[in-house]
Amino acid sequence: MSDAAADTARPGAYAVPGDLAMWWFILAELAVFGALLASLIVAGALAPEVFAAGRAGLHPVAGLANTVMLLTGSYLVARGIDAAAAEGPRRCAPWFLAATLAGAGYVAVKLGEYADLAAAGYNLRTSTFHFFYFFTTVFHLMHVVLGMIVLAAVARRCRRGDYDDEGLRAPESAASYWHMVDLVWLALFPLLYVLP
Amino acid sequence: MNQGDTSMKYQSQSVAMPYFVFAIVLFFGQIAFGLIMGLQYIIGDFLFPLIPFNVARMVHTNLLIVWLLFGFMGATYYLVPEEAQRELQSPWLARVLFWVFAIAGTLTIIGYLAVPYARLAELTGNEYFPTMGREFLEQPTITKAGIVLVALGFLYNVGMTVLRGRKTVINMVLMTGLVGLAVMFLFAFYNPSSLTMDKYFWWWVVHLWVEGVWELIMGSILAFVLIKTTGVDREVIEKWLYVIIAMALITGILGTGHHYFFIGAPSYWLWIGSVFSAFEPLPFFMMLLFAFSMVRRRRRNHTNRAATTWALGTSVVAFLGAGVWGFLHTLAPVNYYTHGSQLTAAHGHLAFFGAYAMINLAIISYAVPALRGRPEGNSARAQSLEIASCWLMSLSMLAITVFLTAAGAMQIWLQRWPESGQALSFMATQEKLELFYWLRFGAGVLFAVGLVLYAASFFVGERAGDTAHDAAAATT
Repeated sequence: MSDAAADTARPGAYAVPGDLAMWWFILAELAVFGALLASLIVAGALAPEVFAAGRAGLHPVAGLANTVMLLTGSYLVARGIDAAAAEGPRRCAPWFLAATLAGAGYVAVKLGEYADLAAAGYNLRTSTFHFFYFFTTVFHLMHVVLGMIVLAAVARRCRRGDYDDEGLRAPESAASYWHMVDLVWLALFPLLYVLP
Repeated sequence: MNQGDTSMKYQSQSVAMPYFVFAIVLFFGQIAFGLIMGLQYIIGDFLFPLIPFNVARMVHTNLLIVWLLFGFMGATYYLVPEEAQRELQSPWLARVLFWVFAIAGTLTIIGYLAVPYARLAELTGNEYFPTMGREFLEQPTITKAGIVLVALGFLYNVGMTVLRGRKTVINMVLMTGLVGLAVMFLFAFYNPSSLTMDKYFWWWVVHLWVEGVWELIMGSILAFVLIKTTGVDREVIEKWLYVIIAMALITGILGTGHHYFFIGAPSYWLWIGSVFSAFEPLPFFMMLLFAFSMVRRRRRNHTNRAATTWALGTSVVAFLGAGVWGFLHTLAPVNYYTHGSQLTAAHGHLAFFGAYAMINLAIISYAVPALRGRPEGNSARAQSLEIASCWLMSLSMLAITVFLTAAGAMQIWLQRWPESGQALSFMATQEKLELFYWLRFGAGVLFAVGLVLYAASFFVGERAGDTAHDAAAATT
């Protein structure tokens, strides 16, 4: 599999964790999120009072709880990689599954927030702020769910021993994707909930 | 075709042949009407009242769509048995559907040309289920119903082949694209009276075809040709195919928003359309890197150099046409001025040719020699001619695009940019663009020459006994 090897981390100065194809995907996703966040900042600067009023209707505690949830997920994923590095890919499975539980907690809180806001009469068309709130968080939520699916699938295949001869390529790819999802939220949370 | 002499792996792959041949015949028709229209831009009453401009345009665009569909079907019938490692479920059904589709398509085009459009609507009973009169979806309702039936038969046939055979990423991605193509076409039957709603869902067919599911079809055909011509591991090619189609869908689906800027849809589409379509060039850029990187890593020099040239060419021209020229006018503040100008036509020409015409020409270039008993490709002379035709068509289409871009820029400058009192009228602006329209017509003639050379290349060197091995020898 020399071709496959060429796409994975090479030892040396330019090594990336996981598969190069995953990093292309991560960078493309970050670019899209980056443009969305930049638009959010511009729209906020154009209509600060609309954004302040919209922000006042959010639940910062729920946002904080979700930040903790995703960071916990990232911690568990990192422990999984440590375990896999020390004792082989099979060892990351329980950690990855625990991380998907943290992800599920995030999804539950987020859906609760949406239900609350919808009950209060807010939707995509309420204001520019609400458009950005609903649109960026739903788009991000879909990535959280995808991240959970990736972690669960890789955990299952790790446990089956599918990756025993491949080193950390698959677990590291999944972990990198999860960290990307987490990273985006770390920018979204202050921009939507906190910053004036 | 000489059945005893074929070299495909599965006999039923041969049903692809009539689809490919008819696709190229329709392509000739499309270009003929393109040239007629190119002249009508300059000499307004050229061929009037025999072929009015609106009819020529309808025939030009409908022929494009239909020949691409024939090409996609041919490509599918060729590659699905090979990927699934079994014969096609029903070669007989594929042959019947070919004739049904070919006859229905031909009758429809004859209808466009023989009677006024309103009369065609009357004759085909449009009043009972009105779907006609919308750009690109002009087909009579009964033709649309026929397309659905053909699509159902086609999907059953290839779907059963895939289900009962080996499931590869390529045939799964291809099937997803084909099912999506059929499902999105159903919105052609939805014809709400609100113009905003009409346009809103019209784009679900038009945009979600070309910037959504068709990209899956293109990606899978490209991956197939690359696996065959480079010998690179399937695993590597499939992995990159996944990344490319994921990006195509993420950017393409929400990118539909760039059509919702000014049709009466909610204003948040200004943000969604601008942000997501700004990244639509990405999957095309990845496809370009993918194609060149696979060819660079190739493990064998396939003697069908022409097919490799088309595969690389489609990735480059698709990136330029769909990616770069699309991005030029996709941001809402820019599109406010450029909307529906010649810049749109420039983008449409290079994008359709680069992404969808060229991928079809690539698979035809790979598959037809094999179907005719030459798995190594056509003879050296034929391939040289074909490669020359690839360059001629690509460069002349690029020239058409550049001239239309210049025309579009001038049109925007004269007609769109000035305040309403000072802006030139539409027709007065058109007169100022005449030079560009002449240049575009000249490039169009060169393109037609390129197409003739392409078709001719399949008949060159047939009897001389020279083979593709000579082609390899000549280049090494």
